[in-house]
Amino acid sequence: MATPNKKNHDRPTTGHSWDGIEEFDNPMPRWWLWTFYATIIWAVVYWILFPAWPLVRGATAGVLGYSSRADVAAEIAAADQANQVWYDQLMATDVTEIAANPELERFAVNAGAAVFRAQCSQCHGAGANGLRPGSGFPNLLDDEWMWGGTMEDIVQTVTYGIRNTDFPDARYSEMPSFGRDGLLTPAEIDQVVNHVLAISGQAHDNALAAAGEQVFLDNCASCHMDDGSGDPFVGAPALNNAIWLYGGSADEIRASVHNARFGIMPGFTGRLPDAQIRAVAAYVHQLGGGQ
Amino acid sequence: MWDYVKLILLAAVAVLAAYAASQARDLAYLVHMIIFMGAAAIAFLWQIRHIGEGVHNQNEYFDGVVRYGVIATAFWGVVGFLVGVVIAFQLAFPSLNFEVLQGFGNFGRLRPLHTSAVIFAFGGNALIASAFYVVQRTTAARLFGGGLGWFVFWGYQVFILLAATGYVLGSTQGQEYAEPEWLADLWLTIVWVVFLLIYMGTLIKRREPHIYVANWFYLSFIVTIAMLHVVNNLQVPVSFLGSASIPVWSGVQSAMVQWWYGHNAVGFFLTAGFLGMMYYFIPKQAERPVYSYKLSIIHFWALIFLYIWAGPHHLHYTALPDWAQTLGMTFSIMLWMPSWGGMINGLMTLSGAWDKLRTDPVIRMMVVAVGFYGMATFEGPMMSIRAVNSLSHYTDWTIGHVHSGALGWNGMITFGMLYYLVPKLWKRERLYSLSLVSWHFWLATIGIVLYAASMWVTGIMEGLMWRQVDAQGFLVNSFADTVAAKFPMYVVRGVGGLMFLVGALIMCYNLWMTVRKVGEAKPATSVAVAAE
Repeated sequence: MATPNKKNHDRPTTGHSWDGIEEFDNPMPRWWLWTFYATIIWAVVYWILFPAWPLVRGATAGVLGYSSRADVAAEIAAADQANQVWYDQLMATDVTEIAANPELERFAVNAGAAVFRAQCSQCHGAGANGLRPGSGFPNLLDDEWMWGGTMEDIVQTVTYGIRNTDFPDARYSEMPSFGRDGLLTPAEIDQVVNHVLAISGQAHDNALAAAGEQVFLDNCASCHMDDGSGDPFVGAPALNNAIWLYGGSADEIRASVHNARFGIMPGFTGRLPDAQIRAVAAYVHQLGGGQ
Repeated sequence: MWDYVKLILLAAVAVLAAYAASQARDLAYLVHMIIFMGAAAIAFLWQIRHIGEGVHNQNEYFDGVVRYGVIATAFWGVVGFLVGVVIAFQLAFPSLNFEVLQGFGNFGRLRPLHTSAVIFAFGGNALIASAFYVVQRTTAARLFGGGLGWFVFWGYQVFILLAATGYVLGSTQGQEYAEPEWLADLWLTIVWVVFLLIYMGTLIKRREPHIYVANWFYLSFIVTIAMLHVVNNLQVPVSFLGSASIPVWSGVQSAMVQWWYGHNAVGFFLTAGFLGMMYYFIPKQAERPVYSYKLSIIHFWALIFLYIWAGPHHLHYTALPDWAQTLGMTFSIMLWMPSWGGMINGLMTLSGAWDKLRTDPVIRMMVVAVGFYGMATFEGPMMSIRAVNSLSHYTDWTIGHVHSGALGWNGMITFGMLYYLVPKLWKRERLYSLSLVSWHFWLATIGIVLYAASMWVTGIMEGLMWRQVDAQGFLVNSFADTVAAKFPMYVVRGVGGLMFLVGALIMCYNLWMTVRKVGEAKPATSVAVAAE
């Protein structure tokens, strides 16, 4: 079978040739073979130790009794157990009193920050700044609160959410679509937009703004207040400052008046333990603007 | 007579496709039927002009289809790399998902276009072309089936068009690397079975007493891909006039079948098929015998037996039962040495000819390909270990891993093959410029290193950031924090990909000039002669 090869007189080939390609009859490298055997032995040992081979019902369980599900359940239980004393204390303390206990507050803010990163940052931003100005997601760092910024208010908002149909206790209000539904003429909308520009200290047309004041008082003031300072009981934002949820340019305000806005937020009761809702409220409350 | 049957068939296909297009329930289906109609009409016209020309000289190799395959490989390679560079920068700079591109050119639509273009269009054409070339040379027989090779080549291009237009128009099954819908799947099945027939037929009528190792690898690739493709794509169309379909598998079974398919697409498409390529072109280019016949036979059987079990390692810590995860992991570990058998045989084939690394940039490319193959097939088993996977899974480390394999191994060995084949197929005495090959080599190599290294950094970083918890067990980072932290490495990755693309463009220029400007070689190799 082996014939001397003209290029390598010292090593035999298998004697075949395909389009000029020949093959040496070299043995397999020993280190290769032994490493291969070692991985096979390792695999067999692993099969004995861990769940491995399917049977008619279930599978071999392995002598170590390993179960990834049991492992993760145990880890979660252990973490919950370790923090249970704090959760109990959080639930036993009135929400307005949490800040009075510095140790408890530190725990609550830390836990709340983790909850916020996982549950809230998608809309409100990882830094709670509402992603960017005019995004429609409220910035939680400032001291303007659409639905109130006390601990009770924040707990209520996080628990039931805003304008969702999942919870009867969800905060709810609806601004009319003044333009789309024909409640105001385009001319009146121009006027009221200029009035809003005026009270928020922006460049505006004086004549239009003056005419717009009456439009504002007739149509907007019942929620946004006569001076445009807003009303947290109905989630009407203040219009007389530089903070804008949907943008404060003339075009953006016009779009808000024409179509109205209807921001929603899910409720977290049932999704998060009550103690974690309190914790995230404590975190949000101390970000800068808590009342 | 047979020519007229073909004409009738093609006319029927064109008319049926036209009717189906008129009844189409969605845009992707409409476009796909127009593609079928156009392809059948063109084939019909071509057939009419070439009636009665189907006589082939059985003593001549069928190289026309290989020449087309080489061109298609280079073309789809550039397309695939270009889309890859675009989506790499879309990830680094999301504003590149321009408003006008929404719905067809945003990241979500382009990503499957990229993966399929490089794996199936670039890799697939390279495999089909090289398989047709290698099987003829190593059996000393003309390709079986007369002109059927042309059907496989053009049929495969039609499949690529169906897949690509489907992705851009949003028609997808949502299964990774198996996105094309039922119509494209059925068409590919037909093309693939014909490919298998041609390959088997050529092996059966071989004029050599034995079957060369490259052919084992090619054959295992063709057979296994057919099986994987059919099982993973079992779907019931909602309507024969629309592209939507309902999968047969659901839940964790669907996930398991998907990754059995997905991992073996890597194993048999990108590994076994390309090892076949390696086993022919490295000994040819090095002009050396293969290092060890024994090693080739043992590592071949070990590789194909073990690979098929490894899929569940994609589903660690999921709803998949622990026992299945264990099997996936342990078989991946056992796969390490069988994979390395190919690397050893590739590298050791050069023993006694190492000086060629200095003088021949083509062999350097092939050797670096085998080196990346070795790295990727060590990294893969390592990442399949459950504990390692808990850090690496879902991170960019996986992306780095597949790209060191795809760019380094599949890309480089294919480039080497193209540099070898073009002078042979167009009967040129040499390549246009070896220094341009060197440029390509260094651009591609440095590009891959930038790509893989940046993805290791971001992958391990984001894995660590995801699992980072404070003393009380609370998460430290939000997901957005981890995305923001990856930005610099995303730019490095994009630059690496850009270098790889530029290298490929240089290759295309070099190959083009080889055909256009280099003098003809003395007539030699196109006649089939059994070696002994």
